[in-house]
Amino acid sequence: MSEAPTTDITDIHAVAIRFAGDSGDGMQLAGTRFTEASAIFGNDLATFPNFPAEIRAPAGTLPGVSSFQVQIADRDILTPGDQPDVLVAMNPAALMANLPDLAPAGTIVINSDAFDERNLTRAGYTTNPIEDGSLNAYRVLAVPMEEMTKKAVEGTGLKGRGVLRSKNFFALGLMGWMFGRPIDTTLEWITKYYGKEPDVQAANEAALRAGYNVGLTTEMFRSTYRVQRAKMPPGTYTNVTGNQALAWGIMAAAQAARLPVFYASYPITPASDILHELSRHRNFGVRTFQAEDEIAAVGAALGASFGGHLGVTGTSGPGLALKSETISLAVMTELPLLIVDVQRGGPSTGLPTKTEQADLLMAMYGRHGEAPLPIVSVSSPADAFLATVEAVRIALKYMTPVILLSDGYIATSAEPWRIPDLSTLPDISVPFATVSNDPERFLPYLRDPQTLARPWAVPGTPGLQHRIGGLEKEDRTGNVSYTPANHQKMTLLREQKIARIADDIPEVVIDTDADADVLVIGWGSSFGAILAGVRRVRAKGHKVARVHLRHLNPFPKNLGDIVKRYPRVLVPELNRGHLWRLLRADFLIDAISYSKVEGRPFKAAEIESRLMELIES
Amino acid sequence: MTDTTQYTRQDWQSDQEVRWCPGCGDYTILASLQNFMADFGVDRENVVFVSGIGCASRFPYYMNTYGMHGIHGRAPAIASGLAVARPDLSVWVVTGDGDALSIGGNHIIHSMRRNINIKVLLFNNQIYGLTKGQYSPTSERGKKTKSSPWGVIDYPFNPVSLAIGAEATFVARTIDMDRPHTQEILTAAYQHQGSAFVEIYQNCNVFNDKAFIALTGKEERDVNRIVLEQDKPVVFGPDDAMGVVIEHGEARIVEVADVGIDAIHVHDATVENAGAAFALSRLSHGPTGPTPIGIFRSVDRSTYASDLQQQIHDAQAARGPGDLALLIAGAGTWEVSD
Repeated sequence: MSEAPTTDITDIHAVAIRFAGDSGDGMQLAGTRFTEASAIFGNDLATFPNFPAEIRAPAGTLPGVSSFQVQIADRDILTPGDQPDVLVAMNPAALMANLPDLAPAGTIVINSDAFDERNLTRAGYTTNPIEDGSLNAYRVLAVPMEEMTKKAVEGTGLKGRGVLRSKNFFALGLMGWMFGRPIDTTLEWITKYYGKEPDVQAANEAALRAGYNVGLTTEMFRSTYRVQRAKMPPGTYTNVTGNQALAWGIMAAAQAARLPVFYASYPITPASDILHELSRHRNFGVRTFQAEDEIAAVGAALGASFGGHLGVTGTSGPGLALKSETISLAVMTELPLLIVDVQRGGPSTGLPTKTEQADLLMAMYGRHGEAPLPIVSVSSPADAFLATVEAVRIALKYMTPVILLSDGYIATSAEPWRIPDLSTLPDISVPFATVSNDPERFLPYLRDPQTLARPWAVPGTPGLQHRIGGLEKEDRTGNVSYTPANHQKMTLLREQKIARIADDIPEVVIDTDADADVLVIGWGSSFGAILAGVRRVRAKGHKVARVHLRHLNPFPKNLGDIVKRYPRVLVPELNRGHLWRLLRADFLIDAISYSKVEGRPFKAAEIESRLMELIES
Repeated sequence: MTDTTQYTRQDWQSDQEVRWCPGCGDYTILASLQNFMADFGVDRENVVFVSGIGCASRFPYYMNTYGMHGIHGRAPAIASGLAVARPDLSVWVVTGDGDALSIGGNHIIHSMRRNINIKVLLFNNQIYGLTKGQYSPTSERGKKTKSSPWGVIDYPFNPVSLAIGAEATFVARTIDMDRPHTQEILTAAYQHQGSAFVEIYQNCNVFNDKAFIALTGKEERDVNRIVLEQDKPVVFGPDDAMGVVIEHGEARIVEVADVGIDAIHVHDATVENAGAAFALSRLSHGPTGPTPIGIFRSVDRSTYASDLQQQIHDAQAARGPGDLALLIAGAGTWEVSD
């Protein structure tokens, strides 16, 4: 055994690494495993998976490139990093597509075996960038990953095309060494995941170890990096994606409401993982229903709500459009219903795997007739849990459909989550009506004087038989009524019911410097980038105020006062100004829209520079 | 209340005034259903009627049960959620030919396929009544309506064929005017575990009067009604002189005397193979001539709700009732201390 060459260990506070390759190269898996190992090690982190809509675009081409970016840090971070410091490029297309994002003088780890003439041509290179000097501004580590993986896998029994599939584990092992990640966590995971295919398990283990050992024994890697554990509030943590936290939030809300979950959904990117997660948990009594279409999904969820279950449906923008008519029926019948919209780039099929926030106005107004409903938004993967519980609380207490807005970035990204003590969740249960509320006959539309909610009398309850439906109904009795004055009255009652929720949600908490005259307001997944941008501006000695909204309808009661207090109000959104329009309409303020619709999240630097422009203007 | 409660038809009537056109076939069906429910001792609070849009869809308002008047075509979807969430309820869908077969076609076929325990009563009048007289997916070709002044060029659905093709486990047809037969079919549908599809020929005396005269007219009915009875040869007409044979998957009308009674098809709705039921359904598309009524198909399959309950039961037996804190922690955790 030769002695390992001495290496320097450099301490750094944060590093962003991007794994990039063909969509069949297993980059999402490599990134996720690196993230998991970092989470368990104790770093703070944020991730950004970015993959094409095609399952397998032609190999080696630019449209087929899939990437996973993770930032790990020894302190509280909010975004996956504006620019990766390290790029792992498994083929020329991955290099071509991702190089423009790489930080100046960043590190590129290249799978040199994939840089043959065919792949170079497919990516649009005329010369080999490893050799032509075009990468001189970077630190380039070219590793024949395929050859080395083949050698490592010899003897595991795996043969043929399967062998090269393990090369993502090789890359993962190499990165693990470079950043001091323990490989035990990944080895355990391989056993758990591939235990039933011993040859695949052995090959992946061998490739992982080989990657790690190549780092350890090759002189090419002179230095490694150390990112210490982050100081985070004490508690038990897990690493969670937005879709996972949202699914668990539905289950937690059902427990807090003492209701069974009925989740009806039609597969759609990027919401399907909520259906996948919930369908695993039959032992919790969770009923999942994969409907024939989006309309059936919301219909079935509404039917289950009528029957006294927690009816939930999940979808993305095109699906929300299809569900619109039934959501109006839920408004009219005043039944509780949770509609989850994991927004993606639109219109139409648009950018199905990319993120956007352009469904807010559809959530707000995208129904026929006067059909107001509450809207709650999710601001980060971990936040999805409590945001969901809050949305369900409102739906039950006010007997109304609620739209919960998440997005593709939140859905697939991960971050550490301090697991809350579930026993501290509020009791959000609402008693069913069991006895008639009137000596003559049960009145299904006799309202609670405070919340204006009607009683929830579920089928099977003797003596409370009643009929509800989409036709306008008389106040109190629920009998069909087309009387002009009654329609006016009912329309206003439904509106007031939603407006009164403002009395029952927390006031906005403002994060402000004294004498700030610029206020930035965001909602949803731009939370991290906005806060990071604001921190940078403050670090330069400037004053900024910041508000992040959870409740988008109704707005918190103090929002109007707050927005009028600042001469300049900036509203960054991944749309063409939805919240901006609502703020201007509600409060008559000359707010400024900062719009971006590239299918990807804001960078902290973008927020920073837009704020600086405003401050310096 | 218990199942020993004695009801009368009045107990099943809601306090709402019934508002169909005078002479509409819906009145007879409503009376049949209220009588059936009263006779059967079903508890009102455990019955739910769900409907979509159309004349037939006003039905829930007139029943003293739970009910939801939904939106066009979506009743089977709403009822599916309700029936799967609440297998203890008796869930009925009242729909029409436009509601079920046009705008709601997708939901009808998939609720049948899943064998969800809902009872679908399709009031087929071969016309759009509520929107005042456009042709429907069951209107005959050539029919002149407000929206087809030159005659309908669509080919119509055969609802019974469609339901059989959609894997419905119970498929029947009856006629609004024939109350005893309607009650017999409703009873069988109610007792069936799983999706039951009942096509009811319903006369719209305003927009499509006498569409079913071949089966309801005094002179025509005896010649044209083929009443399917379990385990009996399919014979019909005066003196049962006519019969049905099925050869090479095709049903044909013959004179019994020509082929002998042993050659006549003996009806068995309970066979798993749907071939004979489908062949019988193809005898008539009109109906303008001989048309089968009765139970075409009635087979046992587990229902969606019972399979789902079983999965929940099995999962709980294998993993315990589910602890959310353990589930979350199971994804891998780490501790941060002060």
